[in-house]
Amino acid sequence: MNPTTQAVRTGVRRGLTEFRHSMSGAESYSFTVFLAVIILTVLYLLRGHTIPGTSLSLATVALPGVVGMLVAFNTTLNAAFTVAIEREDGTLLRARAAPYGVVSYVAGQVVRVPLTTVVSLVIVMVPGFLLFHLPDHASAGGWLTFAWVLVLGLAATLPFGLAIGALAGDPRSPAQSVGLVSIVLVGISGIFYPVTAMPGWLHPIAQVFPYYWLGTGMRSAFLPPSAAAVELSGSWQHWQTAAVLGAWAVVGLLLAPVALRNAAREESGASVSARRDRAMQRLG
Amino acid sequence: MSVVDVRGLRMRYGSVDVLDDVNFQVGAGEVVAILGPNGAGKTTTLEILEGFRRRSAGEIAVLGTDPATAGETWRARTGVVLQSWRDHGRWGVAELLRHLGSLYLPFATAERARPRDIDELIAAVGLTGRRDAKIRTLSGGERRRLDLAIGIIGRPDLLFLDEPTAGLDPQARRALRELLHEVVDRDDTTIVMTTHDLDEAAHLADRILILDRGRIVADGSPDQLAKRMSGRAEVRWSIAGDKFVHTGTDPTAFVRELFAQHGAHVADLEVRHASLEDAYMAIVQRQESGMATAPLVALEEAPA
Repeated sequence: MNPTTQAVRTGVRRGLTEFRHSMSGAESYSFTVFLAVIILTVLYLLRGHTIPGTSLSLATVALPGVVGMLVAFNTTLNAAFTVAIEREDGTLLRARAAPYGVVSYVAGQVVRVPLTTVVSLVIVMVPGFLLFHLPDHASAGGWLTFAWVLVLGLAATLPFGLAIGALAGDPRSPAQSVGLVSIVLVGISGIFYPVTAMPGWLHPIAQVFPYYWLGTGMRSAFLPPSAAAVELSGSWQHWQTAAVLGAWAVVGLLLAPVALRNAAREESGASVSARRDRAMQRLG
Repeated sequence: MSVVDVRGLRMRYGSVDVLDDVNFQVGAGEVVAILGPNGAGKTTTLEILEGFRRRSAGEIAVLGTDPATAGETWRARTGVVLQSWRDHGRWGVAELLRHLGSLYLPFATAERARPRDIDELIAAVGLTGRRDAKIRTLSGGERRRLDLAIGIIGRPDLLFLDEPTAGLDPQARRALRELLHEVVDRDDTTIVMTTHDLDEAAHLADRILILDRGRIVADGSPDQLAKRMSGRAEVRWSIAGDKFVHTGTDPTAFVRELFAQHGAHVADLEVRHASLEDAYMAIVQRQESGMATAPLVALEEAPA
């Protein structure tokens, strides 16, 4: 039996087990539900507004963008936060003490995080799509687009999130930095309001990051072809979407193993207990 | 061949040597305790042997391989008992053991079935009643028993323990010691542990290394250390109500002489060999008084 294959198989089971644990604990998704209620309430209040020059409701156009945003936001934050926390609490050290344990640990994250992201998408999409009558044009092609944008979006943000978590010195710092950067990027990426309304110099900046392309990709999946008029180029730009998300995936996949290996290498019983003492002081 | 072979180990942080020319060997099946005051470098030594920390200098072979560059096959032959905190809190006891155990499956050999049977292991560490309990609901003592179970699940050739009973009440401490004896005796596991508890070292270890200020200052069995390093015994007796004390290196000869002189007048006779604790205190104090100026020298040399 190849030990690496066995480690990956064990890691997949690890991911499924942790996902099951998260499903049985109500607190895991309370933030997502809270976020969903706020977003859907705001969109509901805006349902009467139309995008200038079109007959499309602002809410209908914003919702697929929100779906794209949640893919990147949940995946990056979940991965970064989990790795930072589990580095502090000794989970990573446990992994390191077992043969191919770090491989198994990472495989577990690669299974768990996307499943968690999908659950949070369902929490927003089911009520949202019923409320705002999406998808606007019924086609199997739309769901196919949703699927590949989702997969590429996960690939673009998951390794990156794992790397941020591994590089973070303190479990609270990724939540603060990733959260803050994400909010700014969401603001300039045309998620809640068409990017064409933003100043022109922001466009190239927005187009470097996954948020913009996940928004465009998800709108292309669920809105009628005429809605492409709100995009920068007036079209859905599928190839560019795939290229930018793919590039982020490649960078993340190059960065994450190095960052995780370094983080795991620094772990020892003494470093975990030192952080435990610091955390105890913080609490008490 | 030794399971652990350490020659000229040095660990330096900045200009301070935390470990300075540490040398020792551990044979197969031996239980060795590294004993010493806080800050002596016990944990650092252990973490270097575990492959979790890189040394500054020295030659080290653990199971024939340098731990700093050893691979996962080497890792599968070692066990580390870590102090859990809040990791895997949502996992069940059996669930986590089965998960971690499955990583050892590819490393089973004809002599060593890997991993251990989960139910037998849970029974051995006395957690049968808590088999399906969530780890975050375990008591401190239960957690330490789970830590031990995780450390030995891969039936290691060599097991590392850092302060295995620290923070436990006396009853739980004794239970864990008995458990450790029982579980590892059957598999002929070599053990390297740290402790600052003399009693623990005396109970568990075949051999004790006393580490003080980054150097090994004594190496021997608990008995050898107690007798040889201190080498003294105390004889107390009374004659006609007057109490006497004599301290010497050959109490048997002294008592023989005592009876020859005073015969039936000798009462309240008591012979007390120097305990391990006496030996330990003597060794560490001797070192501390002898090396009192060492840190000053190190400071003067620091700017270079």
